[in-house]
Amino acid sequence: MRMSSIQNSPLKTYLDHLSRGELAYQFSPEAGRAVFYPRVICPFTGSDKLEWRVSKGLGTVYATTVVHPAEGKPFNVALIDCDEGFRLMSRVEDIAPDAVCIGQRVRFRVHQGGDEPCPVFTPVEGA
Amino acid sequence: MDGLKRGSAAIVGVAESELGQVADGMSVFDLMAQGTRRALDDCGLSLKDIDGLFCATAQSRLSVLGLAEYLGIDPKFIGSTIVGGSSFEFHVAHAMSAIALGLCNVALIAYGSTQRTIGRKQASVREINPYETPFKPFLPSSAYALAASRHMHQYGTTREQLAAVAVAAREWALLNPAAWEKKPLTIADVLSSRMVSYPFTVRDCCLVTDGGGAIIVASAERAKSLKKPPAYVLGCGHAVTHANITSMPDLTVTGALASGKAAYAMAGLGPADIDAIELYDAFTINTILFLEDLGFCKKGEGGAFVSDGRIAPGGNLAVNTNGGGLSYCHPGMYGLLLLIEAVRQLRGECGARQVKDCEVAMAHGNGGVLSSQATVILGTPATL
Repeated sequence: MRMSSIQNSPLKTYLDHLSRGELAYQFSPEAGRAVFYPRVICPFTGSDKLEWRVSKGLGTVYATTVVHPAEGKPFNVALIDCDEGFRLMSRVEDIAPDAVCIGQRVRFRVHQGGDEPCPVFTPVEGA
Repeated sequence: MDGLKRGSAAIVGVAESELGQVADGMSVFDLMAQGTRRALDDCGLSLKDIDGLFCATAQSRLSVLGLAEYLGIDPKFIGSTIVGGSSFEFHVAHAMSAIALGLCNVALIAYGSTQRTIGRKQASVREINPYETPFKPFLPSSAYALAASRHMHQYGTTREQLAAVAVAAREWALLNPAAWEKKPLTIADVLSSRMVSYPFTVRDCCLVTDGGGAIIVASAERAKSLKKPPAYVLGCGHAVTHANITSMPDLTVTGALASGKAAYAMAGLGPADIDAIELYDAFTINTILFLEDLGFCKKGEGGAFVSDGRIAPGGNLAVNTNGGGLSYCHPGMYGLLLLIEAVRQLRGECGARQVKDCEVAMAHGNGGVLSSQATVILGTPATL
């Protein structure tokens, strides 16, 4: 029998949330700030006390590029700063990849259709 | 770096291996060994003098073991720090530390890559990051492109200014017989080339070549009696800020700020004292970021600074005098070649591209996705 004090890896917990349509992140009470990507200890304090929270799903484009693959259509890759204070890589959908701009407000949704659910964003007005 | 004495070690021998596209079947160790033979000839030492061994390559997990076996040596001190293209600037500081502690006397630092002949996918292991890989960034290009997007947004840097970096590198390369690229390049050429990851076209991105080489580091005492004037290590510094681009704190400020500060402090010098500046130009934005972070211009002014031929041959700042990773050679981990060019500039061996009265040269390495930064400041005997 395998003995482990960690029942679910940080990644598994994150993906379980995502499969329920939630963008999960960790919060470090000792540091008083968000932690992302999910880990077993806090990179600000070293503490293993990390709480799971669910993001409201609103954020701002921090940086953006359009990848032009050798085959297939160009697509967006962006870094999104979520309002809770963490950054993740994602893409903005529903608009042309070169129309994505830094400072744009975006809302999370789960992209379906891939092998695994993944968190993507769409533009929002007045958010 | 704190604890290291300015000028206590020197680079005494340097050599490239074959560059560009090497013969089929050549291994990374063949290239390291070829560089080693040439670097030993450059300084007049022999293999039995080597008692410190350092190397890095993307194509061998236990590379220092492979190189020791290949060369038939049993080094007293080894190091194979691998932090991307800047690894060799780290090795210089580590070799200098080991020499200062008496752990070794003469250190060899070697590199080899056959990524062009075997293909990039074969040459480096693809690493899966569950938080980035699903979005298919074209790495490393897209990570640097994200940094460029941020610089353009915050400071108004333009694609034309990025292109000016590639054009300057090409002009230097045309003065270097060893450079891969042989034809002139214009800003219009850069802008109209195939887009890779906006704002970069293929001409904003480094070459994909084979190549390698070796350098030999010895104590200042040992360095005095060798064939060529030593290039003394006046200062070195490094910084590691992140591994993945998502975790880079501010995409417009690199670890070069800290690595440069440490190197300048150790050397007792500042940006105005550097005669030849060799910066790790894997992408055009790199040169702009490092010129800013290393204090050659103010943060945000790098785009304007590189325009109008200022860093090209005949400009007032000699930057990437070999033609850089953009036009001379980029085997994937380019940092060793920066050190070789810096040493040659100090010796006055650079022919048509020689910087006049070059007394102090800088080699600044970058690794990963702006992740690891290491600065080495070298000087002629007159600067000691």
